[in-house]
Amino acid sequence: MLIKLPPNWKIPSNEVTDESVYRQRRTLLKSMGFLGAGTLLSPSAHSLDWFTKEPKVTFETQALQYEKQALGQQVLTPESKVISHNNFYEFGTAKSDPFNNSQGFKVEPWQLKVSGEVENPITLNYDDLTSMFTLEERIYRLRCVEAWSMVIPWVGFQLSSLIAKAKPLSTAQYVAFETLEDPKQMPGQANRRLGGGISYPYVEGLRIDEASNPLTLMAVGLYGKTLPPQNGAPIRLVVPWKYGFKSIKSIVGIKLLKTQPPTTWNRLAANEYGFYANVNPEVDHPRWSQASERRITTGGLLARNRIETQMFNGYGDEVAHLYKGLDLRKNY
Amino acid sequence: MPISLNQHTMMIKIAIHFLCLVLLVNQYWLALNDDLGADPVEAILHFTGIGAFNLLILSLSISPLVRIFKFTSFIHYRRLLGLYCFLYVLAHLLSFLAFEVQFDWQLFLNEIIERPYMTFGMIAFVILLLLTITSIDKIKRQMRKSWQKLHHWVYLVIVLASIHFYMSVKSDITEPLVYALISLILLSFRWKKLFKYFR
Repeated sequence: MLIKLPPNWKIPSNEVTDESVYRQRRTLLKSMGFLGAGTLLSPSAHSLDWFTKEPKVTFETQALQYEKQALGQQVLTPESKVISHNNFYEFGTAKSDPFNNSQGFKVEPWQLKVSGEVENPITLNYDDLTSMFTLEERIYRLRCVEAWSMVIPWVGFQLSSLIAKAKPLSTAQYVAFETLEDPKQMPGQANRRLGGGISYPYVEGLRIDEASNPLTLMAVGLYGKTLPPQNGAPIRLVVPWKYGFKSIKSIVGIKLLKTQPPTTWNRLAANEYGFYANVNPEVDHPRWSQASERRITTGGLLARNRIETQMFNGYGDEVAHLYKGLDLRKNY
Repeated sequence: MPISLNQHTMMIKIAIHFLCLVLLVNQYWLALNDDLGADPVEAILHFTGIGAFNLLILSLSISPLVRIFKFTSFIHYRRLLGLYCFLYVLAHLLSFLAFEVQFDWQLFLNEIIERPYMTFGMIAFVILLLLTITSIDKIKRQMRKSWQKLHHWVYLVIVLASIHFYMSVKSDITEPLVYALISLILLSFRWKKLFKYFR
């Protein structure tokens, strides 16, 4: 297989937007030795922020080396929206909370342990996350259970590669995932009200065949750079044919199991959130319709962005065979 | 020149108009320009919903303040607050129709019929609409005693609003519980009246 590594001078085209260049200007100034001037200017810059409503990005992301994917017909959700509209209750329940409360999050050092029904348990350190596997871009639709969606260019590797490296035993039927538990860094874990009253650490799970599907991605970046904390830095799951809450963030543990593991939202409200949580326009959430969704791109209040929701979020060709003979109304 | 009582009342009324309108127009302006977070639709629905509830609480606080705490001049602001509550509820409903379901009438009707919290919200809207229409002086005079009876329905509105809010949140119920508690306190000032109804 030919692995194309872009030369250092070549900027991935998705970084050549006004916004991301604009966003990196402080880093640019610093790297050019303007640190002193920058410090002097910062008070006035802050007062300007109040008027321009510019998000204060202080967490530093790094550019990644990866194989690009062609965009095709899809319209991407702008990076500014992908990184400011998040459900990550560890940092608060409002959509803007994760961005606002996570900028000081420490991702280094990090340990991701793969254990359980495996021959070869592994621990990945921070650098391994981006270097152990060849990284590739995957442009996926993300459908939230709340009936909105985005199109996001992730960077990562297939979960199947990681599982293969750990050499699963034949007894491994399920894969359980666990988010970091660190109430000092995650205010939602320290305060029940801020954290939306869910129990932590956040846990999720997949069947082994779902986890091994080529679509199932371990994402370490988006828009060509390492993940910001609000999107699940330094590593998260992306399962594009399932509702967003399955795509667990900031993972520290992956365990292969014989039996089905508990999952956070299912434990909280089993009548509303199942273990499978496949995107399905025919099975409504008890409190709202799942037949259509609002695609978040640009355009403000008047954007005509309501579209029909597709079975398996449009990934039926790749995953429908996993659910042959399963009653998806019962196994929602 | 000392400010007369009338002028004082007028100034407060102007302040209420100013606050309610400026806040509302400002939110819609930001949302139209895609400057209200990543999902301006959700932001607008939250703002108008919470705003309407706040105005409902304020308008229902007036009578106890006048009756028990003798802030008699406050009675002048009751209708104005009630009308702004309706305006915010109207904005809430129309925004849901226009920006959330985007004039998919089938979906709109289905949601109102099938989802209990939407049904409760819709009933509250209809009651508030009736109260708003009958707040015109001429109609109020013609209705005589039945006006007061009709306007007691506002107590049902605050109960429906509490349930609507409680059922709409995903997991954390602290905020809806605080609003429900305030609603109960406001209703408790009317316990004699309410007791008569249920006897």
